[in-house]
Amino acid sequence: MLRHGLAMLALTIIAIAGWAYSVNYNTMTAFDRVRELRGQIAEEREALQVLRVEWAWLNAPDRLQRLTEQFASQLQLVPLVPDVLSHTAIVPFPEDPATTVEIAPVIDRSGLIPVPVSRPAAWRAE
Amino acid sequence: MTDFAAPKNLRTGAGQRADWRLMLLMASFCLCYAAVVLNMGLLAATDPTEPVIGDAASKGRPVRGEIIDRDGNLLAANLPAWSLYAHPHVMKDPIKVANALDRIFPDIDRETLLKKLTGQRRFAWIKRPVTPRERQLVHDLGFPGLHFGNREIRIYPAGHAMAHIVGSVRAEREDVRYTELTGSAGIEKHFDARLRAPELAGQPVRLALDLPVQQAVRAVLGDGMERLTAKGASAVLMKVRTGEVVSMVSLPDFDPNAKPIFFRGKAEDSPRFNRAAQGRYELGSTFKVLTAAMAIEAGVVNAETMIQTPSQLKYGRHRIGESHRMPAQMSVENIVVKSSNVGSAKLAMMLGTRRFKEYLEQLGMFDPSGLELAESAKAKPLLPPYWTDLSSMTISFGHGLAASPIHLAAAYATLANDGLRVRPTLLAGPQEPGERVFSKETSREMLRIMRQVAVRGTARRGDVPGFEIGGKTGTAEKIGARGGYDRNRVISTFASVFPTSDPEYVLIVSLDEPTDRSGRKPVRTAGRTAVPVAAEIVRRVTPLLDMRPRLAPVTEAPLTLNTGAE
Repeated sequence: MLRHGLAMLALTIIAIAGWAYSVNYNTMTAFDRVRELRGQIAEEREALQVLRVEWAWLNAPDRLQRLTEQFASQLQLVPLVPDVLSHTAIVPFPEDPATTVEIAPVIDRSGLIPVPVSRPAAWRAE
Repeated sequence: MTDFAAPKNLRTGAGQRADWRLMLLMASFCLCYAAVVLNMGLLAATDPTEPVIGDAASKGRPVRGEIIDRDGNLLAANLPAWSLYAHPHVMKDPIKVANALDRIFPDIDRETLLKKLTGQRRFAWIKRPVTPRERQLVHDLGFPGLHFGNREIRIYPAGHAMAHIVGSVRAEREDVRYTELTGSAGIEKHFDARLRAPELAGQPVRLALDLPVQQAVRAVLGDGMERLTAKGASAVLMKVRTGEVVSMVSLPDFDPNAKPIFFRGKAEDSPRFNRAAQGRYELGSTFKVLTAAMAIEAGVVNAETMIQTPSQLKYGRHRIGESHRMPAQMSVENIVVKSSNVGSAKLAMMLGTRRFKEYLEQLGMFDPSGLELAESAKAKPLLPPYWTDLSSMTISFGHGLAASPIHLAAAYATLANDGLRVRPTLLAGPQEPGERVFSKETSREMLRIMRQVAVRGTARRGDVPGFEIGGKTGTAEKIGARGGYDRNRVISTFASVFPTSDPEYVLIVSLDEPTDRSGRKPVRTAGRTAVPVAAEIVRRVTPLLDMRPRLAPVTEAPLTLNTGAE
């Protein structure tokens, strides 16, 4: 009986040792993987930072202004001035009520829409 | 092994075997204890570490905090970069290396490079910072003894537009592993400790400025400056209720990403000089609004009180005159609207020097503006060394006291903010409400008078329909080379508030030596120079600030009426 018990004990110890061994090595590989992933995250963060700065750089106001001036003929943009703002009430909507309902909320919720009117700056005209 | 569990042998069967067993037992216990002691010693000797889940790479190096505008646009950011250094003693052929490096970096002098690499030194910086492309080229050379150190470079994506505000950094304590950047101007210097604090590295400093508005103001001001052949210009756009500076422009400006160029000439003409926060100018008639507000607040007059305004006012040997003909007597309202020097001087006298000074102090005219810039801390307004009654009389119309446009903006904002003191700030967010300087009634009355200046006074060209601009012009002659004032060199300023019925913004536009040559005779008055520029700024920035024109009720019938039924 005692012999059997001891044999069982020995087997259990061997099994537990084996389990502990595998857990140990699994943990170590997991740590390696975590380290690797953290390295990747750090790299990605750095790339993100570079891209963020590049985005800001490409959208620099000076650059955008230079480009709009360069492509003025294609873009046909005019500075946004208050004269181009008006009330929706003044806009002649089509009489079909269905269309009116359709268009109005799409354009602007504040009830004001920009009307595309080209207007030179006041003091340049003087 | 089984005997171990039956110790009865110990007592009975004495002899060699028992002794041997005892020895074995003791030895095993000793071994166990030795193992424990050894382990404890090992634990005590090594540095305590957590299991290696956290890694240095994930935390990264401590980085300088970013600066963003009120909508989150990047104004100052970091880019990882490298610095190139050499260990000349491990190089096989320094001359070959020098030639190769010379081809990659044309800006490095070949002779100095050669001297560095062939000398006795074991360490030499070659170039910092190095771009990724250059780094790759050096890598491709494959020479031993060339190494890269980590460093950061500071980038200002907004460029010229925010140059005066963000300031600059300087590299301090350079090291092959890490370079410490220290603020040397502007926000970078003022908030240096905050930007460097490692625990706050992830949190950017958010400014009150608005990049698109800043760019629009800069563009309009630049056009105006060119058209009027002015030497310099500045503009301040400030929120009346909070004192947040939404835009602050000083022209000429500079590229913050370029290496500073040495400027020959007077410091206040340098592009690096911030005219809006650092420059101190006599701001001329714009002070008349403040004088009138003080007189009304103190109760010595009201807007309708008639004041005798002779064409000249004598005080001792000094004479105060007008720039153009004025009626013999004028109401306080007309003194402001028609800009009478004599009238203002009389108001200051009725108020008395003591009270006049008290009000100026409450408006912040005696102290630096408190703006969060390293430069503005030194910009204390220039006051007369001995303050006489004559000083009060000239300061009442803006001569004899030189303050920055920011000071003027804060004083006008205080007047427009129902009389509660407004302190200028570059940081986004509300501030503690300031103490009361003027009553609400005085504030209303002065806003009404300022509106009249734009309707029928000197600022008629500044009236943008729908925005109820009110303000005051000021044309101050500069001090000439031989002393005294120079008629042909002026600083023209327009200080305005809009909309006057519910003030939201204060706009100060100041031009240095403008001349309008569009007419037959050159004109330099603010009404023809600063005012049209300010009007154009209002037209351009109000859509960006989400302000809509408040149109007067339409009296004529609209062209199309959608009645639905015919």
